[in-house]
Amino acid sequence: MNPELITRKPIKRSKKEYLALGLPAFSAFVLVGLIILLLAHFVWHGLPGLTWEFLTQSPRNNNTEGGIFPAIYGTVILVFMMSLLGVPIGTATAVYLSEYAKQSSLFARSVRFGVNTLAGVPSIVFGLFGVGFFMQFIGKGIDTASGSDIWSKPSLLWSAATLSVLTLPVVIVSVEEALRTVPQELRAASLALGATKWQTIWKVVLPNSLTGILTGSILAIGRGAGEVAPVIFVGAVYSLPELPSSLTDQFMHMGYHIYVLATQSPNAAEALPLQYASTLVLLLLAFSLNLTAGLIRMRIRKQQY
Amino acid sequence: MAKDSVKIKIRNFNVLYGEKQALNDITLDVQINKVTAFIGPSGCGKSTLLRSINRMNDLIYTFSANGKLTIDETNVYDPDIDVVELRKKVGMVFQKSIPFPKSIYENVAYGLRLNQTPPSTEVDEIVEYSLKKAALWDEVKDRLHDSATGLSGGQQQRLCIARAVAVNPEILLMDEPCSALDPISTAKIEELIEELKDSYTIVIVTHNMQQAARVSDSTGFFYMGDLIEFDKTRTLFTSPSKKETEDYITGRFG
Repeated sequence: MNPELITRKPIKRSKKEYLALGLPAFSAFVLVGLIILLLAHFVWHGLPGLTWEFLTQSPRNNNTEGGIFPAIYGTVILVFMMSLLGVPIGTATAVYLSEYAKQSSLFARSVRFGVNTLAGVPSIVFGLFGVGFFMQFIGKGIDTASGSDIWSKPSLLWSAATLSVLTLPVVIVSVEEALRTVPQELRAASLALGATKWQTIWKVVLPNSLTGILTGSILAIGRGAGEVAPVIFVGAVYSLPELPSSLTDQFMHMGYHIYVLATQSPNAAEALPLQYASTLVLLLLAFSLNLTAGLIRMRIRKQQY
Repeated sequence: MAKDSVKIKIRNFNVLYGEKQALNDITLDVQINKVTAFIGPSGCGKSTLLRSINRMNDLIYTFSANGKLTIDETNVYDPDIDVVELRKKVGMVFQKSIPFPKSIYENVAYGLRLNQTPPSTEVDEIVEYSLKKAALWDEVKDRLHDSATGLSGGQQQRLCIARAVAVNPEILLMDEPCSALDPISTAKIEELIEELKDSYTIVIVTHNMQQAARVSDSTGFFYMGDLIEFDKTRTLFTSPSKKETEDYITGRFG
């Protein structure tokens, strides 16, 4: 045997290849560096203000003293309610689009077009939509019918509804993606055993796309928790020492609170440490929401054989 | 052949996918408690005919059929027929056997629990019975609640047979059940088919002519959507009456 054939020569990289490797590596490095820089900045400035009192008390003295507990509470409740409203509707829409709709039908195409358009609408427009549709149309309708005057005002409920509309495209697209990964053979096997289409979806298709549905929810939560513009119109307030106790109450919101501290404070220098601490809390909140969702996802994946 | 021994009667049956004719004027009888094999090259329509029997073709939008296909004198394509009930009566085993990503036990119990919640002792019994029928019980009885996806390919296919048997069908359709299996697993399934035909009427589609010769009582040879020849397996393989059949089984084409 020719010995040359088995000696391994080191692969020589051409200049082009070095460039092809270097550019992505450099970009990745820059990205990670920026994230670390950002986190470090807020941890450095925010950590001193992050006391137990800050996390558990209400703001005092025109937001220049005290804590941000109502804002944390308001944001968490808002995101929770938003998911409760948006995820089932989004999942149902995705099931319709992927399992029932004839792909070429006019209705299915219109729904798809609507979803894509919705994804591109600026968030402030959703805020105005919330005012016009949820507050002044549905809310006013309920008020007129029941003789009350609480439903046509900005509230937690209408904020959650507005945000759920905003996050619908995210949920629909990712759930539909997940449904498509369920092998056609599983559906056929279920149908061949005498299952109806609905039984097949409920017992085989949906359980097999649970991780996808959760991914959709996580993405929606991530998007929804960060949006400030819409909730200013439909429910978030400047400062409110009490926690919301009903669906029609207004609430404090982390993102809006940070905006308020930065721009509306009578003494900006005094509010700066509070602002940094609030931002750090918002970052941690988003991080822990994602982490929790990720852990649930891992658990489900393990349970699924 | 006595008339009452016919389980599935197919008369002048045509299938179209859109404009394309997939089956031309098929006429044949499937005998009760016998194994009937459909052979032929890819695209000859044998799988289409098999899937027409339990109306799995309904899932294809462009599918349309005419002619008669009856099971026990009931027309399968009668508009009043309950397709779900039909599919309970006509079980199916697929080429790619994918168990549900559940436990072995849950896979077999799936069909039972669709429309009712039978007492768990009854489910236990049926699961055991079905797994024994599929010759899988001894291999899995100690790990019924383990994942079904951890089984070997041959075991998975037998699990799919058990899954189909559990809903107590009268007919078992098998669509190339061994094409993804090794020879040993294939031999096991063939042995199983031999035993199952005492309880069920079996229709099997296969690419493997030796398999058709080994397991079936009657064989139909399909080519380009036509049923070229249908006869007792022994006759078809030893003295085929049509030239195309002879060319195919002797390996001259296909």
